[in-house]
Amino acid sequence: MSAVLFDVPGPRAIARNRLSAVLGTVVILGLVAYVGYRFYDTGQFEGRVWSWLQYERIQTDLVKALLATLQAFAVGAVLALAFGAVFAAGRLSEHAWLRVPSMAIVEFFRAIPLLILIFLFYYGLPAAGVKMTPFMALVLGLMLYNGSVLAEIFRAGILSLPRGQSEAAYALGMRKTQVMTLVLLPQAVRAMLPAIVSQLVVLLKDTALGFLITYYELLKYTQNIGGSPQFGRPFIPVLIVVSAIYITLCLLLSWLATYLESRNRRSRKVQGGTTAEIAPEQPPLVPPGSGSI
Amino acid sequence: MSDIWNVLADNTDLFRTGFANTIKLFLIAAVGSLLFGTLLAMLRVSPVPILRGAGTAYVTVLRNTPLTLVLFFFAFAYPLLDIVRISFFTAAAIGLTVYTSAFVCEVVRSGINTVNVGQAEAARALGLTFAQIVGSVVLPQALRSVVPPLTSVQIALLKNTTIAAGFSVFEAGAIRDNLSERGENILIGLGWVALGFLILVIPLTLVQRSLERRWSVAR
Repeated sequence: MSAVLFDVPGPRAIARNRLSAVLGTVVILGLVAYVGYRFYDTGQFEGRVWSWLQYERIQTDLVKALLATLQAFAVGAVLALAFGAVFAAGRLSEHAWLRVPSMAIVEFFRAIPLLILIFLFYYGLPAAGVKMTPFMALVLGLMLYNGSVLAEIFRAGILSLPRGQSEAAYALGMRKTQVMTLVLLPQAVRAMLPAIVSQLVVLLKDTALGFLITYYELLKYTQNIGGSPQFGRPFIPVLIVVSAIYITLCLLLSWLATYLESRNRRSRKVQGGTTAEIAPEQPPLVPPGSGSI
Repeated sequence: MSDIWNVLADNTDLFRTGFANTIKLFLIAAVGSLLFGTLLAMLRVSPVPILRGAGTAYVTVLRNTPLTLVLFFFAFAYPLLDIVRISFFTAAAIGLTVYTSAFVCEVVRSGINTVNVGQAEAARALGLTFAQIVGSVVLPQALRSVVPPLTSVQIALLKNTTIAAGFSVFEAGAIRDNLSERGENILIGLGWVALGFLILVIPLTLVQRSLERRWSVAR
C-alpha cells in the first residue's frame, strides 16, 4: 500500500528512511533496556523473589488455580454457547412474542459491564435471599454476557448466508427446524468460527474477573503468593509466570481455531463445492472481537 | 417502590462522583488509546523489521492478557519498580490505555488494509500529490471502515473502566462497597448502577450501528 503512495525513494529519501529506522530502533531498545534495568535494579532477577517456585505446596496451588480458571472457562463457554444458540434462534423467530423479548434480553446483557453483572449475582442476590458461591456468580455472568454476544454472532452468521440456501431447503419440503439445523446452522458456524473463537478467548480472559469476587483462580493466586513477605513480595515474578500461562492458553485457543478452519477449507474442496456458494473471502458481518474486548 | 427510589435519592453523592470518575477515566483512556493505538498501527506497517516486530509483540501480548491482570500489574507490581510514584487513578488510566491501544491498533491497521491499492494507483495516475492522495482518496475510505469498529472498542473500554474499582479507584464499579458500608440494599444499588451504564452505552451503540449501516460500502 505505502509503496504506491509516493515515488520510488531517491538516494536522499533512502538515507532519511535509514536514519529514522535507526532512531526508532534505538528508542525501542532504549525503552526495553530501561525497563530491564529497573527490573534488575529493584532485584526482580534475584534468587530470593523466584524461590517460591521451588516449594511443592505452591506449585500444586498454581495447578489448582489454573484448573479453577479452566473450570470456570469450560462451564462458562458451554453455557454461553447454549445461551447464544437459544437466543439467536429466538431473535430469528417469526413470532414477535419470541423475537422481541429475546432482542431485549440480548441487548440488555450486552450493554451492562460484565463486572457489574457478576457483582449483581455475588453481592446483590444474597440481599434478596439467594445463596451464591463465587464460582456460580462468575459462571452466570460469563454465560449471560458472552452468551448475548455469541447470540449476535450466530444471528449475523445465519443472516449472511445467501437466501437461496433456505429457499432451496423449503422447496425440498423441509420444516423450519430442519432448514435451521440441517442447512443454515452448519454453514453459519463455519463462516463464524473465527468470531466465535475470538469471543471464547474473551471469555477465557474474563474469568480473571473472578479475582474481584474472591474466586480462587490464577490472579487470586498471584495476589496471595505475590504479597507474601517471606519471598520478598514477588509480585513481578509471579505475574510473569501467570501472564505467560494466560497468553499460552489464549494463543492455543486461537491456534485451534486456525487449525479447524484450515481443516474445514480442505474438506470443502473434497466435497466438491457443496458450500462453494459462500465466498470464503467475504468478511463476516460481525468483525472478530468487535463485540467486546 | 419508595425503597428502590430511596437507595438512589439518599446516596446521590456516591452515584454522582462514581459516574463522574468513570467518565473521566473513560475520556482519558479513550484519547490515550486512540493516539497510542494509531502510533502502534504505524509501527506495525513500517518498513523497518524491528519496529514491526516490536508492534506485533506488543499487540500479541496485550490482546491475550486479561485486563484485570494489566490493572493488577499497574496497581501492585509497578510501584515495586520504583520508577515514578503514581496514584491509583493514574495507574488505572495507564492500564486501560495500554490494554485498549492493542485493540485500536488492530482496527486501524485492518481498516487501512481494506482500501484497494487500485485507488491509490489511480490517484497517482491522475497526477495527485502525496498529500492529495492520502487526504482525499485513501484516508476518507479508510476512515469509513475504521470508525464503526473503533466505536465498539471505545464502548468496550467504557464498560471495562468498572474493573478499576477492584484496584482502589472510586468509580461506578466501586459504588457497591460504599453502599454496603451505609447498609443499603445492594441489589437495588447495583440495579441503579446497571441503569446508569445502559444510559451511557445505548446511545453510543445506536451511533455505532447507524455509522455501520450508513458507511458500509461494498468493495
